[in-house]
Amino acid sequence: MKSLAELQAIREKTLGKISMRKDADESTRIVIGMATCGIAAGARPVMLKFMDEIQTRGLQNVTVSQTGCIGMCRLEPMLDVLVPGKEKVTYVKVKPEMVSRIVAEHIVNGRPVQEYTIGAAE
Amino acid sequence: MDLYRAHVLVCGGTGCTSSGSNELIKRFEEQIAKHGLDKEVKVVRTGCFGLCEAGPVVIVYPEGTFYSRIKVEDVDTIVAEHLLKGRIAQHLVYKEKEEHEDAHLSLDDIDFYRDQRRVALRNCGVIDPENIDEYIAFDGYQALAKVLTEMSPEDVINEMIKSGLRGRGGGGFPTGTKWKFAAASKADQKYIICNADEGDPGAFMDRSILEGDPHSVIEAMAIGGYAIGASEGYVYVRAEYPIAVKRLQLAIDQAREYGLLGKNIFGTGFDFDMYIRLGAGAFVCGEETALMRSIEGKRGEPTPKPPFPAVRGLFDKPSNINNVETYANIPQIILKGADWFTSIGTEKSPGTKVFALGGKINNTGLVEVPMGTPLRDIIYKIGGGIPGGKAFKAVQTGGPSGGCIPADLLDTPIEYDTLTAIGSMMGSGGMIVMDEDNCMVDIARFFLDFTVDESCGKCTPCRIGTKRMLEILERITEGKGEEGDIEKLEALATNIKSTALCGLGQTAPNPVLSTLKYFRSEYEAHIKEKRCPAHHCQKLLNYEITDKCRGCTACARVCPVNAITGNVKEMHTIDTTKCIKCGSCMEKCRFGAIVKN
Repeated sequence: MKSLAELQAIREKTLGKISMRKDADESTRIVIGMATCGIAAGARPVMLKFMDEIQTRGLQNVTVSQTGCIGMCRLEPMLDVLVPGKEKVTYVKVKPEMVSRIVAEHIVNGRPVQEYTIGAAE
Repeated sequence: MDLYRAHVLVCGGTGCTSSGSNELIKRFEEQIAKHGLDKEVKVVRTGCFGLCEAGPVVIVYPEGTFYSRIKVEDVDTIVAEHLLKGRIAQHLVYKEKEEHEDAHLSLDDIDFYRDQRRVALRNCGVIDPENIDEYIAFDGYQALAKVLTEMSPEDVINEMIKSGLRGRGGGGFPTGTKWKFAAASKADQKYIICNADEGDPGAFMDRSILEGDPHSVIEAMAIGGYAIGASEGYVYVRAEYPIAVKRLQLAIDQAREYGLLGKNIFGTGFDFDMYIRLGAGAFVCGEETALMRSIEGKRGEPTPKPPFPAVRGLFDKPSNINNVETYANIPQIILKGADWFTSIGTEKSPGTKVFALGGKINNTGLVEVPMGTPLRDIIYKIGGGIPGGKAFKAVQTGGPSGGCIPADLLDTPIEYDTLTAIGSMMGSGGMIVMDEDNCMVDIARFFLDFTVDESCGKCTPCRIGTKRMLEILERITEGKGEEGDIEKLEALATNIKSTALCGLGQTAPNPVLSTLKYFRSEYEAHIKEKRCPAHHCQKLLNYEITDKCRGCTACARVCPVNAITGNVKEMHTIDTTKCIKCGSCMEKCRFGAIVKN
C-alpha cells in the first residue's frame, strides 16, 4: 500500500460486490421470476445480463434476486424493480437486449421504461 | 473478484465448525457447480453470527434468509430451491418459536438480533475474515489512515479519553488514560500488546472477534502503536484457539503484503509490525504481568505492581496492554468520533459490551448490547428465557472472578459500576445462567475448583487459602458441613482478597462471597439440615418410592446395586444404605412414583 488512494480504490472495488450484506433497506432490488415458467421463457439469460450490466457500470447497492411464479406465466420472463421509496415497477416479456436500457434509464436515472412495463403490455 | 448475485454465508466460527460447517461449504460448492451457478453464487466462510445454539448457521443474501441447524443433505434443497428457483426453503428457516409458521425471517427480524447493537462484532458473520479486501470495503484501515495522516498521537489519545472506552477484558480501566501513561514513558522501544488469553469458562467473544474480524484488532493495535510510540506489537493468544490463530496469522500476512504493517505505512514514516505468541492455556497468563513474562519466555507468574506495564512492561520496556474486544471498538471510535461512542451506553460506561450467554438459557451464543441494558432483557428478550419452563435462579457474570446475581436484581442495568456494587463484576463478559436445579453452593465449589487448579502458586493466600476454601465447600456439599464453616469461609475470603498478589487471587473468593450474600439459606440448609434445596448435591439426596408404585419391577431391574426390592404388583422400597443415588430408577419409572428429596 503506497497511498490512501490505493486503499480507497480497493474499498470502492470490493464494496459494490459485497454491499448486499449491509443496508438491505437502502438498496435497489431487481427481482426476477425464476419458476419453471420463467426459466422456460428465458429468464436466466436476462438475469445474467443484469449482473453483467451492474458489474460493468460498477453500481453499488443494487441486488439481483429471484422469486417464484406470480401467476402470469404468459408474460414471463417478468421482473420487478424496487427502488427504495418508489413504487414497484414490473417489466414483462423481458429479453436480454432490453436489459441495458432498463439499467440505464430506470436504475441509473430513475425513469422507468414505460413501454416494457406490465401497464403497456396489458 | 467478480460480481455475484447471491452470497451464501456459512458460519466458520468454532461452534459451527464443530457442528460440521466445513462439510456444508464443500457441499454448497459442489451443488452450486452442479447446477451451473458457480458464476452467480458465491460461498463465503465468515466468523461467528452469535446464535451458536442454532448452528450450523447459513445466511443467503440478498434476501438475508437465515437458515439454522443445516445438515449436509439440506444443502441440496437450498441450492435447488432458493438459489436456482428463488424459492426460500421455508422449512429450513430459523424459527424463534414453534408457532411461528411464517418463518421468512431475515436476520434483523429475529428477537435475538433486534435488541443488539453490534460495534465490536460489526463484521463478524458479515465479511470473509480471510479476505482483507472485504474488511477494507467495510471501512477497514480507514481509521489507521485517518490517525496517520490527520491526527497527532496526542489527538488520538485525547479522542480515546473523550470516548470513555473502558477495558473490555474485565478491569474496566479507561483505555485512553492507559495509553496516556504509556505515551508519557520515555524509551527507545515500546510495545503494544493484545491480551487474547481468554480463560473464563464460558466466555468466547475474543475468540469470535479474532476468528470473524481479525483485521480490526490489527488495525487498532497499529493505531495504539502510533499513539504511544510503539513500533512492535504482540498478540498473546492461547494455542487452544486454532482457528483464531490461523486467521489472525493470515490477516497479519495480508496486512504486511498490502503495506498496512511494516515500514513507512501510508508513506507517513510510521513503522509498525506485530507478532503472535501462543500461550499454553494457563488462566493466570491472562493477568497482564504474567502474560508479559510468558511472552518473554519465562514462567507465567505475575509480578507485583507497581511498576505498571506503562512504565516497565514487556522486556522491561514501557508497554500497553488491552484486550481483544477493547481493540475491536477502537477503529469505529476513531472513524465515527468519541461523541458517537458516548451516545451509546451509559454515562460512566459508554459503548456496548459483548456477552457470551451460556448455561440454562435457550439462545446460547454471543450477544452485543449497549451498556446499561437490564439483565432481564439480555436473558429473556435476547436469550429467549430458560428452557423447559424452569424458574430463573441466578446468573453468574465475570466467570471465576465474578459473582452470582439473583432474580430480584434482574432489572439491574449492566455496566461496570453497577455490577461491582452488587458484588459481581463485568469480567470478560461470560454470563452463565442458572435455574432452579442448580445448587448455589455447588456453583461456588465449581468456580473455586477452577481457581485452585489455575492458581500459579506464587503467593500463599492464593495457593493455600483457596485450597482451604475449596475443602470446606466440598465438605458442605457432601453433607459434612459444620457450624462455623460459613464464618470460616468469610474470614478466608476477606483475607485472600486483600493479600493475594494478583487479580486471580484477589477475585477468586468472589463466587463464594456473592453466593453467601444472596443464597446464604442454601449454605445453611446444607450445613444444618444436611439438605440440598435444589436437589443437586448427590450425597445429600434420598430417593424414595411413593404409593404411586404399581410394582412393575422396572426400577429394581435397572438398579445397578440391587438396592430396590419388592414383589411384582406390590410397592417397592429402596434400601438407602445400599443406594448410590445414581437416579437410574427415577428415569426408568413410568408412573412418577420415585421422588428425590
